[in-house]
Amino acid sequence: MTSGQVEIQLIAVVVAVACALPGTFLVLRRLALVSDAISHSILLGIVLGFFVVGNVNSPLLLVGAALVGLATVVLVQLLERTRLVKEDAAIGLVFPALFSIGVILISRYADGVHLDIDAVLLGELAFAPFDRLEFWGWDWGPTALVVMGSILALNLAAITVFWKELKLSTFDPALAIALGFTPALVQYALMGLVSLTAVGAFDAVGSILVVALMIAPPAAAYLLTDSLPRLLVLAAGIGAASALAGYWLAFALDASIAGAMATMTGVAFGLAWLLAPGRGLLAAARRRARQRLEFAQTMLTIHLANHEGKPEAAVESRIDHLYEHLRWAPEFAQRIVRLAERRGLVRSSGEKLELTQAGRELAADALSR
Amino acid sequence: MLDLFDDYTLRTVALGSAALGLTSGALGTFAVLRRQSLLGDAISHAALPGVAIAFLLTGSKAPLVLVAGAAVAGFLGTLVVMSIVRTTRVKYDTALGIVLSVFFGFGLVLLTFIQRRPDASQAGLDRFLFGQAAALLQRDLLTMAVLGGIALGVMLLVWKELKLLAFDPDYGASLGFPMRALDVLLTSLLVVAIVIGLQTVGVVLMAAMVIAPFAAARQWSDRLGVAAGLAGVFGALAGIIGSVLSAETERLPTGPTIVLCVSAIVVVSLVAAGRRGLLWRELRGRRDRRKLRLAAVLADLLDLERQHPDAHRGHSAAVLSVMSGGALPSLQELERRGQVRRLDADAWELTDEGRKVAER
Repeated sequence: MTSGQVEIQLIAVVVAVACALPGTFLVLRRLALVSDAISHSILLGIVLGFFVVGNVNSPLLLVGAALVGLATVVLVQLLERTRLVKEDAAIGLVFPALFSIGVILISRYADGVHLDIDAVLLGELAFAPFDRLEFWGWDWGPTALVVMGSILALNLAAITVFWKELKLSTFDPALAIALGFTPALVQYALMGLVSLTAVGAFDAVGSILVVALMIAPPAAAYLLTDSLPRLLVLAAGIGAASALAGYWLAFALDASIAGAMATMTGVAFGLAWLLAPGRGLLAAARRRARQRLEFAQTMLTIHLANHEGKPEAAVESRIDHLYEHLRWAPEFAQRIVRLAERRGLVRSSGEKLELTQAGRELAADALSR
Repeated sequence: MLDLFDDYTLRTVALGSAALGLTSGALGTFAVLRRQSLLGDAISHAALPGVAIAFLLTGSKAPLVLVAGAAVAGFLGTLVVMSIVRTTRVKYDTALGIVLSVFFGFGLVLLTFIQRRPDASQAGLDRFLFGQAAALLQRDLLTMAVLGGIALGVMLLVWKELKLLAFDPDYGASLGFPMRALDVLLTSLLVVAIVIGLQTVGVVLMAAMVIAPFAAARQWSDRLGVAAGLAGVFGALAGIIGSVLSAETERLPTGPTIVLCVSAIVVVSLVAAGRRGLLWRELRGRRDRRKLRLAAVLADLLDLERQHPDAHRGHSAAVLSVMSGGALPSLQELERRGQVRRLDADAWELTDEGRKVAER
């Protein structure tokens, strides 16, 4: 690996972790699509900031763009408050309009400058190591790394300091109000963090990937744990792993790094969806299969208990008659009998089945419930 | 303006944009009503890998092939959204966000992969990203018109059922309508409406073409049929104006221009639409508040009169202000209406007519 490659991966990981932290709260608060809105409308912020500052590399641009991101949220809420449109429609009305203004401004007035819509929207991480931050005669590393590192530190600090406010207003906003916290303030602070993170990441990886990194890793982690601290750590870990895997996928295909990273966050979510212990599709399918077998065994004991000691018992308790009485295919009946024997619920003598004491108790218990 | 439409390119572009605006506006009606506005955003992003895969498989850039690829991928995306919501505790908005960004990212991987291959036959695929109305050809137009026509036709055919789906799906199910199948049908129609617009408006901005026309039309009518028709008209209008503006002006990209046109229609509708509009609401609010203030002052005067039956000196505005605040302007207005009388500089009393109104 060249040092450029190491730096790209480092940037990718830092961006992924920085996005996953505020993203976790977006997912929990059902505000996931606000990241979509913000990540698009900050284009306008960057363009406007560029007109004011006249320089694409100024840190003031970051602040300006983050403010426009925040303004997006305010606009959406204002629009919603007119009660003329619903929240989802309000989001879908605001960001395309702001994004369109941004695109038009770029193509009319900022042509030829380093403000290329493709790059802004899609990002090009491969060039990030060439843009270096140098002052006081010292190379501080790629600008993107320094910027995103600072944003990551800010996110960490904000989440640590406002931990209980965030937690309370996320899970029980009504209680938060009753206790004298202001959830609205927490909301705007969170949106500020989301905007700032999106702006920083936008430059490195493009706006669509920002959405992927903010939403998919926390959603995957959400399927794996119930504890908020673990959720944050897992989301950050999944984001970082997806970032690294994405880098190597892009390397292998010679394709867009940002796109590959987004793809890998999707793969990570897919894996969690499939394999999550207890909640995944696989676990659910296995649970259903086990419940089906257990239910069948209980049915068997009830069936036997029903006819025990009666004259028809000789016929009813034959294994090959289970098909007739319980509509079980022969193989399934054999399997259930085998399982029930192993659990000590029934005894078989030849073709005839007999309940054990445990089997009798299970049947009685199931019927009395 | 007439010779504008003699221009072949311009006519194609304007007609294409009109077809796209009409279809997506009318079909967006149901998406917005069912609070699935952003489904359109997810579908349009999810369509990107479909375009790339269709090209990779066939090597063709025929509009029907690419649109078919986009439609399959967009439809697949909505299926993924639905099954995430059904089988996990992940919420609808998060599921949309995942599908939107991951499908788009994957599409980007495929596009860059295609672009970096040695042959240059892929040129033009990236216009799906931002849209390029100027590149519309007659054959694109035909594809758009036929597909859009079919989608609208189907919508009209099952209009009554879709209405049920939007307003009371449980009732519909109890009547024996296959609501799940209708849901899938409606989503497919939306997918068609979106993929035919992608080449013109682009993936990123297509969401607006689904949401905005109906959001505007809704303000003008409470009747679904009228609002949906109006949404189609608004969409088409924005398409035509936007594409003509962009074609006539240098460096004015089509997609964003169309979106700004439709956004302008939304703003005007929100402000000025009869009854629901913000402007009328504000005016109505002012009128009602003034009516209330006048009634309050009248009632206060009546109270004072009853408490002081022997006083015939009238009552001062200051006293009335204490009772219901800022009474002087109301008194002047009431005097104009002949319901109070001014006895001297600061003494007011009810006229007979004013007493009648106050006692009511």
